[in-house]
Amino acid sequence: MTTEAIHDSHEHDDHHDHKMTGIKRWLYTTNHKDIGTLYLWFAFIMLLFGGALAMMIRVELFQPGLQFVEPDFFNQLTTVHGLIMVFGAIMPAFTGFANWMIPMMIGAPDMALPRMNNWSFWILPFAFSILIASFFMESGAPNFGWTFYAPLSTTYSNGSTAFFVFAVHIMGVSSIMGAINVIVTIMNMRAPGMTYMKMPLFVWTFFITAYLLIAVMPVLAGVVTMLLTDTYFGTSFFDAAGGGDPVMFQHIFWFFGHPEVYIMILPAFGIVSTIIPAFARKRLFGYSSMVYATASIAFLSFIVWAHHMFTTGMPLFGELFFMYCTMLIAVPTGVKVFNWVATMWRGSMTFEIPMLFSIAFVILFTIGGFSGLMLALTPVDFQYHDTYFVVAHFHYVLVTGSLFSIYAGAYYWLPKWTGHMYHDGLSKAHFWCSLISVNILFFPMHFLGLAGMPRRIPDYALQFADFNKWVSIGGFAFGLSQLIFLVVVIKCIKGGKKAEAKPWDGAEGLEWTVASPAPYHTFETPPNAEDIKGQ
Amino acid sequence: MTTKKYETYYVPAQSHWPIVGAVALFLIAVGAANYVTDIKNSTSGFGGYVLIAGIAMVIYMMFGWFNNVINESMAGKYSHQMDNSFKQGMSWFIFSEVMFFAAFFGALLYARTLSVPWLGGADNNAMTGAVLWPEFTAQWPLIKTPDGTETTGMGWYGLPLINTILLLTSSVTAHLAHVALEQDKRPQLKFWLGLTCVLGLVFLYCQGLEYAHGYADEMKLYLTSGIYGNTFYMLTGFHGMHVTLGTIMLIVMLIRVFKGHFTPKNHFAFQAASWYWHFVDVVWVFLFVFVYII
Repeated sequence: MTTEAIHDSHEHDDHHDHKMTGIKRWLYTTNHKDIGTLYLWFAFIMLLFGGALAMMIRVELFQPGLQFVEPDFFNQLTTVHGLIMVFGAIMPAFTGFANWMIPMMIGAPDMALPRMNNWSFWILPFAFSILIASFFMESGAPNFGWTFYAPLSTTYSNGSTAFFVFAVHIMGVSSIMGAINVIVTIMNMRAPGMTYMKMPLFVWTFFITAYLLIAVMPVLAGVVTMLLTDTYFGTSFFDAAGGGDPVMFQHIFWFFGHPEVYIMILPAFGIVSTIIPAFARKRLFGYSSMVYATASIAFLSFIVWAHHMFTTGMPLFGELFFMYCTMLIAVPTGVKVFNWVATMWRGSMTFEIPMLFSIAFVILFTIGGFSGLMLALTPVDFQYHDTYFVVAHFHYVLVTGSLFSIYAGAYYWLPKWTGHMYHDGLSKAHFWCSLISVNILFFPMHFLGLAGMPRRIPDYALQFADFNKWVSIGGFAFGLSQLIFLVVVIKCIKGGKKAEAKPWDGAEGLEWTVASPAPYHTFETPPNAEDIKGQ
Repeated sequence: MTTKKYETYYVPAQSHWPIVGAVALFLIAVGAANYVTDIKNSTSGFGGYVLIAGIAMVIYMMFGWFNNVINESMAGKYSHQMDNSFKQGMSWFIFSEVMFFAAFFGALLYARTLSVPWLGGADNNAMTGAVLWPEFTAQWPLIKTPDGTETTGMGWYGLPLINTILLLTSSVTAHLAHVALEQDKRPQLKFWLGLTCVLGLVFLYCQGLEYAHGYADEMKLYLTSGIYGNTFYMLTGFHGMHVTLGTIMLIVMLIRVFKGHFTPKNHFAFQAASWYWHFVDVVWVFLFVFVYII
């Protein structure tokens, strides 16, 4: 990062606001690129931390029987792993992309509300330090699963629940402010001529995601507040003895939780829809159908939440309604997958690292989508519910889906961010090691789940031993492979082949019209986007 | 083709207020968590002090931050486009507040239409009723919970009705103040805005009376009185907190009006406070219908 600072300062000596140096630059910054960098580094640190927790889980599950950790600590590991990966790794990484790229893509000088942007970021390290600090409290970290179902999180919760609740509260504040900023930037800051239907699909997906965020993060705040009062102030929202219902917790939680799932995948669609056309050297197939598909998915995500709850004894009408709505999501998602394939069809394809990750995304995300379709069927979900099949499903969509798209995007824009090309050999090693190990890690989980292995249990029956051994080996390999990425990024910041303003010859968009690395301030006078053709 | 002035979009230089705000939220979270933990375990600790320090720091941040913004605005650094950013930001913030209340209204409707009838054996839950709490009869307001806690329902007539009239009137006066500002009639502006603040304060006073009435021995309506008391106090309580915040915002606007701030064309802060006030008013209408009347 220091090299980046030096580059910019002599390019912009004439500029009126010089950036500060050292720590103050990062603490006080209002620059969307600085804040994007902070988000991305924070997300990567959280990814490594959450990954370390996952590897502890896999150590314990390497063999049947209890070897290393107590069951209660195992529960803390699964809970905090989930919370960190969802709220600390995937979501901030996407916000980092939004910060870096959206102003450059729409020709804006910065985000619309730059100071609030800084506030959104700096809340996160504090929120996660509270969450992680709870490991060192007497009662230990939260142990009720990342979904914190009542009564596990109320009647049977441990002493750190209040810390969990308030940490989630301030994370929510951060997310809502970040989302408001994205929406206002896109609605208000587009360069002349950059009409909505000319915006890159990347911008569209973040726009829609931001709406999902401001619609559901407050609901999360509401449900953790009810959980807090149930646990600490004697209310009975989730206690049948007082007229409430533990299942009501699940309804409110999943009303947040299901759109949350799309918050973590729609931006991935946007990144992949940017990269595939660049390396297939063709226009994105069906741009407007992609926009409408994204919006349909976002809409449907609000009326499918109870498919997480088929086994709670809902009325039959509810089971059927949520099953059909869920299956309906396969339609717009299918539109997207077919559009990506059609974009590649007869393209002049080359297979640089961003493209490799994107193609892996399309295939592996589709596997995750299909297992999701299986889970959507009420009668069969009774068998799959709370088994490793579910774990396999959501790791396919979140790791080989969201995380792979984040890697694809990172490799794609690293030249723009740092001004250098990434190391080719190391990044190839990163891709292939990740691709192979991630499938060894998650693919056998499907079979474990179908055979009946429950999730979130530190011990298992002997017949699951062999598959679990392979899963653990894949897990360690995948975890260690991510360190290669760290090396690639550091090398790329420090040096390497100079990147041109537009290192990918098929790439389109305003971000490639500025130098690499991107100057500290871009588009202080807006570019003319009139001659950008609609897609 | 476009009349927007893009050249003048003001990107502020580095600011230390956000990091002050982040530390403040950290103190609030840690303080509040320690505080409620101490209450539950009946121990005494430092949580309350940390919480108060955090709140004080937020107030300090707001003064400093808004002061910067007001100075920048008065110095003419803001364009029409900047104004739009603020307006859109405020409206989406209000939308997020709507969704926060939606969670609690959702809980209320779920309890009334599903969980309470089910506990009484409705639909296919005959056995739930028969096995768990055979004595329980479903009703709303739930004046006797399955485990036998008894309470009284709060009627809509009397204080709640007066409060409704107060808030609806205050929405009208807030609007009249806005109109007066746009027509540059400062005396009228001061009168209507001042009246709105007074109505908000009277509302809060009445709400306090109502709570005292609920907590008195003849009603025994507590926060812990089962799902009826829970939803009643959580919904009206969060609404009351929003009214408090809205009143503070309006009072700040009143002070600024007396200082001669705002012009007929340029008064985003006033507009934001007034939008917020209309929002708490609309929430109250829903509260009055779903919590009190039906």
